[in-house]
Amino acid sequence: MKNYGVVTFQAEDEISAMCSVVGAAFGGALAVTGTSGPGIALKAEAMGLAVMLELPSIIVNVQRGGPSTGLPTKTEQADLFQAIYGRNGECPLPVLAAATPADCFWMALEAARIALQFMTPVMLLSDGYLANGTEPWKVPDIASLPKIDVPYYTHPEKFFPYSRNERLSRPWAIPGTPGLQHRVGGLEKQHLTGNVSYDSNNHEVMVKLRQEKVQGIQNDIPLLQVHGDTEGELLIVGWGSTYGAIATAVEKARQAGKPVSSIHLKYLYPFPKNLGDILSKFNKILVPEMNLGQLKHILQAQYLIPMNGLNKVKGRPFQVHEIVEAIDNALEEKE
Amino acid sequence: MTTQETPRLTPKDYASDQDPRWCPGCGDYSILSQVKKVLANLQVSVENTVFISGIGCSSRFPYYMNAYGIHSIHGRAPAVATGLKVYRPELDVWVITGDGDGLSIGGNHLMHAIRKNVNLNILLFNNRIYGLTKGQVSPTSEAGKKTKSTPFGSVDYPIRPLEFALGAEATFVARSIDVNVKHLAETLEKAAAHKGVSFVEIYQNCNIFNDGAFTYATDRAQKMENVIELEHGKPIRFGKDNNKGIRLNQLSLEIVTLGENGVTETDLLVHDESMAQPTLAFLLSRMHYPEFPEPIGVFRNVEKPSYDRLVHQQIQEAKENLGEGSLEDLFHSGETWVVQP
Repeated sequence: MKNYGVVTFQAEDEISAMCSVVGAAFGGALAVTGTSGPGIALKAEAMGLAVMLELPSIIVNVQRGGPSTGLPTKTEQADLFQAIYGRNGECPLPVLAAATPADCFWMALEAARIALQFMTPVMLLSDGYLANGTEPWKVPDIASLPKIDVPYYTHPEKFFPYSRNERLSRPWAIPGTPGLQHRVGGLEKQHLTGNVSYDSNNHEVMVKLRQEKVQGIQNDIPLLQVHGDTEGELLIVGWGSTYGAIATAVEKARQAGKPVSSIHLKYLYPFPKNLGDILSKFNKILVPEMNLGQLKHILQAQYLIPMNGLNKVKGRPFQVHEIVEAIDNALEEKE
Repeated sequence: MTTQETPRLTPKDYASDQDPRWCPGCGDYSILSQVKKVLANLQVSVENTVFISGIGCSSRFPYYMNAYGIHSIHGRAPAVATGLKVYRPELDVWVITGDGDGLSIGGNHLMHAIRKNVNLNILLFNNRIYGLTKGQVSPTSEAGKKTKSTPFGSVDYPIRPLEFALGAEATFVARSIDVNVKHLAETLEKAAAHKGVSFVEIYQNCNIFNDGAFTYATDRAQKMENVIELEHGKPIRFGKDNNKGIRLNQLSLEIVTLGENGVTETDLLVHDESMAQPTLAFLLSRMHYPEFPEPIGVFRNVEKPSYDRLVHQQIQEAKENLGEGSLEDLFHSGETWVVQP
């Protein structure tokens, strides 16, 4: 990537890589780091700093079998809880997941857009199956790609580092800009000025603002499309690399006249706005995932709708027939 | 180093609007005012200067500077600073750390920032104690030290910051003392001028939790016997009568007295901060009180291309050799084909 003018370097460890991302972002870069499994645990501390400093970055997690070193060459989707919740304090950041190898391009672009528009670190989930997979990718027309225009802040009058725009995003004033010298840090910020503040009311205001900002990303992401009928007997809810197996299985079942539909989540935090509505229109919900039920757990907690899981943790992706059988079993249970 | 013609900046122009939260009498105040003085001497532009710190008393430093700054997380300042400096090599980036922050949790990052020769100015405030958390042993506390965390005395062997930095082949290594303000300012100015990593250990008194740790080096009555001011190209002499010196005896240093046993100035070791090998600097860094007087000043000052410069040089070369990369070409590289309707 060197001749593209991309600055790259290998840090001594995952901690340092994420810290360097924060430093580069302070300097005005859209900085990216990638890792897998335990590396995310090491990056978590500096991801918290990035949330506090409200600087843009992308953290790619190619999930593998865990815990610990686990099955380092095998695929799994068991880092969802860690991605969404795995930091100290109230520390929200958007979490996206690519559905297919080609979709990695589009979701990376989305991660960049969200990071810059909302001044936030974004986690992009992939896994061993996607990382080692291939599929034809229709080369996009570059002119048709969405423009992401985020100007650096340069007005020296009335500059408040932690003022917010309509997206609750703060100004990005980078070193070298005259008159905008300011200091940021991991300590709680005073609303607007960004100065250190131990005020208890201010802390609550800031915790809520950071949460509200990330939740507000809901207004800037596409609504979910249902594959099949928008209401009925059975809905399959998938996320990430299981897309291919689920879509094929659901298509087969539908061709056989079975009352099944599916949705596929690529925005895991926050969820698309219409998710609750869709879930409420089906009698049964089945959530296949390569873990012990992490997405199911989150969906049940958020929408208070009972669901069944189809869970596989063998370091291998789902096969179509496994999902077809699960659809049959779910539909039979009715009788 | 970016400079401005007019108006001339004074030390005050480098102060932020925040009041320091250090204890009255802390050595950090002196370091803060010398840094401001040095920046004013160099007429460094405030908007191109960044201070990055970790966690600890010393790490509050960036808040008090009218510059850009990050008060980051424990031990990670060198890593944060590396990211910024590699992306924006034109900025002057200072790292402020302490003995706990830099050498305990942050030892790994400090080592790698130094061995990569990232063009940072790293100031390590060494007070040999954890002050912010109210007095536990730090990695530079002396063996046997009794603290809140070691009521029966510490059984840790301390790490010596300069030996550590030299081991990682720092290209600029120096030591100074918080209250020796003239020497401190001169040392900081040399550190700022050095291209490549500059590592400066500053003896800093924590008057609350480790008061007097460096009295031997600051007390008027003792310091002439206990401190050597290194001068490049000069024989290493010390003592209140300036009649003692350091002689190299095989692979060790020894204290000799001029005029005794036929010792003359020509027998003394001549300091050379520019030696390519860090051996001499390492020997000097091994001189510890009370066995030896402790050297202050510049131990090592050598030129080597900095990491940030090399990274950008490579990008420049790649552009020249391969041509400026185009996204369009990248998209159509590799295995592509056209699907006919």
